Amino acid sequence: MTDMFNTLTMYFQYPFVRRALIVGVLIALCASLLGVTLVLKRFSLIGDGLSHVAFGIMCVAAIMHMTNDMLLILPVTIICAILLLSGGSKVKIKGDAAIAMLSVSALAIGYLLMNVFSTSANVSGDVCTTLFGSTSILTLTNGQVWLSIFLSIFVIVIYIVFYNKIFAVTFDEIFSKATGLQVKKYNLLIAVVIAVIIVLAMKLVGSLLISALIIFPALSAMRLYKNYQAVIICSAILSVICTALGIVAAVVAGTPVGSTIVAVDLVAFLLSYVIGGFGHA
Amino acid sequence: MALLSCEDITLGYGSTKVVEHLSFQVNEGDYLCIVGENGSGKSTLMKTCLGLLQPISGNIVFGDGLKPTEIGYLPQQTVIQRDFPASCKEIVLSGCLNQCGLRPFYSKEEKRKAVRNIKKMGISHLSKRCYSELSGGQQQRVLLARALCATKKILLLDEPVAGLDPKVTAEMYTLIQQLNKSGITIMMITHDIAAAIHNATHILHIGGQQIFWGTNVQYQQHTLAPRLCSHHQEVQS
Repeated sequence: MTDMFNTLTMYFQYPFVRRALIVGVLIALCASLLGVTLVLKRFSLIGDGLSHVAFGIMCVAAIMHMTNDMLLILPVTIICAILLLSGGSKVKIKGDAAIAMLSVSALAIGYLLMNVFSTSANVSGDVCTTLFGSTSILTLTNGQVWLSIFLSIFVIVIYIVFYNKIFAVTFDEIFSKATGLQVKKYNLLIAVVIAVIIVLAMKLVGSLLISALIIFPALSAMRLYKNYQAVIICSAILSVICTALGIVAAVVAGTPVGSTIVAVDLVAFLLSYVIGGFGHA
Repeated sequence: MALLSCEDITLGYGSTKVVEHLSFQVNEGDYLCIVGENGSGKSTLMKTCLGLLQPISGNIVFGDGLKPTEIGYLPQQTVIQRDFPASCKEIVLSGCLNQCGLRPFYSKEEKRKAVRNIKKMGISHLSKRCYSELSGGQQQRVLLARALCATKKILLLDEPVAGLDPKVTAEMYTLIQQLNKSGITIMMITHDIAAAIHNATHILHIGGQQIFWGTNVQYQQHTLAPRLCSHHQEVQS
């Protein structure tokens, strides 16, 4: 036990571990807040779709040798999020089909471009890194940490300020519209915030595993609690704990960070599923 | 001045007309039932009154200081709500949002109002319970309490008894009747013509166009009513 504690203190002395923890926890917090809204709006897969889009754009940025790929990834992902979430009833291809189509085409085109144009010797390695996050969370620069902190605080503040309105829009769009709430604007806001979170979370768990970060805490919390506020708080706490545990475990055991976090999230979900079951019995 | 008056309105989606040339008024204290077959434009009319749709032609005028956003609305339930983890109190409170404006949180007065309306609907004992675990009738009461939070004057109800059993349906009608007696104007879509004749002060019958608008008594004298009633009974039996 003391041995493990010593190992942990040793690891915490490395700035890259501290940076990874700070950024990881903040991103997990944001993802879990919006996750509840997405799951309830039946948009669980949007995280998957958007992260694949972000992957495609990241490939484009890599080919163009952009030093700060965020400048390209963030706006394009936001535009896609807006198209998917607020296109609503007017688009011809709906909901899950639109997401699936966008997601696979972005993935395919991204990989294709990487293969054709990349100058790197290890293309599959690069692709694997972006898809599964692998070690990128541990190689964060100070600038990226500050950007993540800034964007996370932006997301959290927006969420708290619009908490009641987001609730109303999620629960009953038509009633909210009828009583004069600017439903379109709030859907737009939700779309933008989700895009920001996804671009952030790509660094943490890679683009294939983002959905887990978004839906697992929400589903676990919904299993345990039956009122909205408790669900939100529980989901945030669960997500933060799981991510912190996952990062520490990954660093200690030398496993890939993204998949370790998701594995911990899965265990937490199974636990809450069982506990929730007892609560209902 | 009427609370809400429609002057020769034509409604529909895009260029497709659903119902044409409607003219009627709703005065304070009225209990108006809108009847008609499926696809006759009842819901379209209600959506237009709520400002969710624009009329193709004609005007809807609000009077007596009623703002279009101060209408209490009881919509039909959606799929999303079936497993939504929210307590009744949270849902009822969300009816107060139209008074919040840019203010992010509810005021004490709004919270008191929610509690008052929960009590009025006789669901105080359920206020902490999860909405999705309630029975259909109880859920309707929660949504009615939310609608009451959004308005002081007028309620628009879209088939409030759809899917409820006869006993709960009767309770629901009594509740709506009580609200009407306490001074709230009611505008209700229903398929239940017998109940409409029993409760309403005014009836609007539409089917692509305006078939009848007037008081309940006039409607019963109207040649159409007996036929519709017997037709209705045939459908039920």
